[in-house]
Amino acid sequence: MFPSRFRYEAPSSLGEAVALLASHDDSKVLAGGQSLIPMMKLRFASPALLVDINNIPGLDQHGAQPDGSYRIGALVRHADLEKSTTLGEHQPTIAAAAPLIADPIVRTRGTFVGSVCHADPQGDWASCLVALDGSIVAHGPTGRRTIPVDDFVTGPFQTVLAPDEIAVEAVIGAASGSRKGGYLKLERRVGDFATVGVAVALEMSGSTVTKAGIGLTGVGSATINAREAADAIVGSSLGDDEIAVAAEAAAAASSPRSDHRGSADYKRHVVATFVGRLLAQHQPAEAEVA
Amino acid sequence: MTLFEEVPVTTAEEIPVRRVEMRVNGETRAANIEPRLLLAHLIRNGMQLTGTHTGCDTTNCGACTVLFDGQPVKSCTMFAVQADGHEITTVEGLATASELHPIQEGFKDEHGLQCGFCTPGMMLSAKALLDENPNPTEDEVRWALSGNLCRCTGYQNIVKAVLWAAEKMRGDEPASEDAADGGGEA
Ligand SMILES: Cc1cc2nc3c(=O)[nH]c(=O)nc-3n(C[C@H](O)[C@H](O)[C@H](O)COP(=O)(O)OP(=O)(O)OC[C@H]3O[C@@H](n4cnc5c(N)ncnc54)[C@H](O)[C@@H]3O)c2cc1C
Ligand code: FES
Ligand code: FES
Repeated sequence: MFPSRFRYEAPSSLGEAVALLASHDDSKVLAGGQSLIPMMKLRFASPALLVDINNIPGLDQHGAQPDGSYRIGALVRHADLEKSTTLGEHQPTIAAAAPLIADPIVRTRGTFVGSVCHADPQGDWASCLVALDGSIVAHGPTGRRTIPVDDFVTGPFQTVLAPDEIAVEAVIGAASGSRKGGYLKLERRVGDFATVGVAVALEMSGSTVTKAGIGLTGVGSATINAREAADAIVGSSLGDDEIAVAAEAAAAASSPRSDHRGSADYKRHVVATFVGRLLAQHQPAEAEVA
Repeated sequence: MTLFEEVPVTTAEEIPVRRVEMRVNGETRAANIEPRLLLAHLIRNGMQLTGTHTGCDTTNCGACTVLFDGQPVKSCTMFAVQADGHEITTVEGLATASELHPIQEGFKDEHGLQCGFCTPGMMLSAKALLDENPNPTEDEVRWALSGNLCRCTGYQNIVKAVLWAAEKMRGDEPASEDAADGGGEA
């Protein structure tokens, strides 16, 4: 399968890349290419100009910043996150999801930021960023703007990025307490998209939850921010009752469709089960309660 | 004119042709190509290195896996122009003129292939793993190969082959099938 013809440029600076994108009204950014190239081969996408950002230095770093925020550059691959030895202590939700994205070969190319820009309702990273209340930093001809992820994605495969803007990094703000969380994904086999994915991100002060976010993958026409479910546990110490309420609220927030991966009822049940499991991991130990 | 012929630069006005240069199995190779040419096709048709297979052409099977700067990539999901200035290893780059690579020996000794279609991709994923982790557990081997599909073997012997190669590459003498049979196990 061949994509239709296009012009290809691989600039070595952000300024050049943005100018190239602005020079043509049918241009596209190429990052890991693990969603865009398959789509171009099927001719679901046929941009006239492809601006490859892989030669731009400085976009391949991720890490905790002095202000407590965590930044993930546009060329950080899924595999960089999977293999990181420091990510887990700062960002347990992201560390849990990294090995579950696609397959090991796709992970060496595909990027975190590219996945969020692709805005596939089946994408695992968008749910993590939603749970973590993160943002995308866009670089355009007039400078930079920071866009909260809830505003960033406007629908399936649609974002607010202007055609001449490049997402340069994802940012997760500093936590008020200690950060806890995880990601669970039900997939039929390695490399399959999620039947159901659940991202949980908590900030805890002692045994009390001070902030919570829950993102759902693959159970609606977009990534779902299960706000009511998250609100049900804020201020609690993750008692069994609060967890049960959150699990039910998350299932209610999902709107899955029956398909080859399972029935809608089954998927809703898995959402509740996963929310329950993820939260139970962070219940205070019995001894502490007594 | 097919996509694979070297396109003279003079036609650059009609077709956006680019000149690329890359190291393939240690040799510098140059080509004038259209940006839409996939790396798999440059390797197979342009360079006649037909050991790299295209199974699904939809990023699912891993048969087209090559090493790109040492990392496994699906060459059906990368444009050949993206390899400009980079290092590519295909299955032809594993053996020397006189000797098989230990991974190839392992596949031979442990019967790690049947039809052989998935084998080049399996071997390159295995090489990337062993370069990073010379002493993997069985689970680590299975994990590293989980992006490569095999329709024949059921994977058992592929995993054994990679563990055999790991042992050999660490300088230990792996127990060969024949020796085990000779030991009267059967
Ligand atoms: C077999 C297979 C299995 C997969 N399984 C999963 C899975 O289980 N879970 C999952 O989440 N994903 C999965 N994916 C998708 C994969 O994670 C992709 O890597 C990801 O969706 C896109 O990232 P990319 O860097 O490859 O982006 P690309 O393919 O390069 O780009 C995707 C889109 O985003 C735009 N874009 C990319 N980066 C930027 C940027 N910095 N600024 C502006 N626009 C940008 C592009 O223009 C394009 O429209 C799978 C893919 C394959 C092929
Ligand atoms: S041919 Fe490339 S993944 Fe199947
Ligand atoms: S040996 Fe036939 S596909 Fe693996």
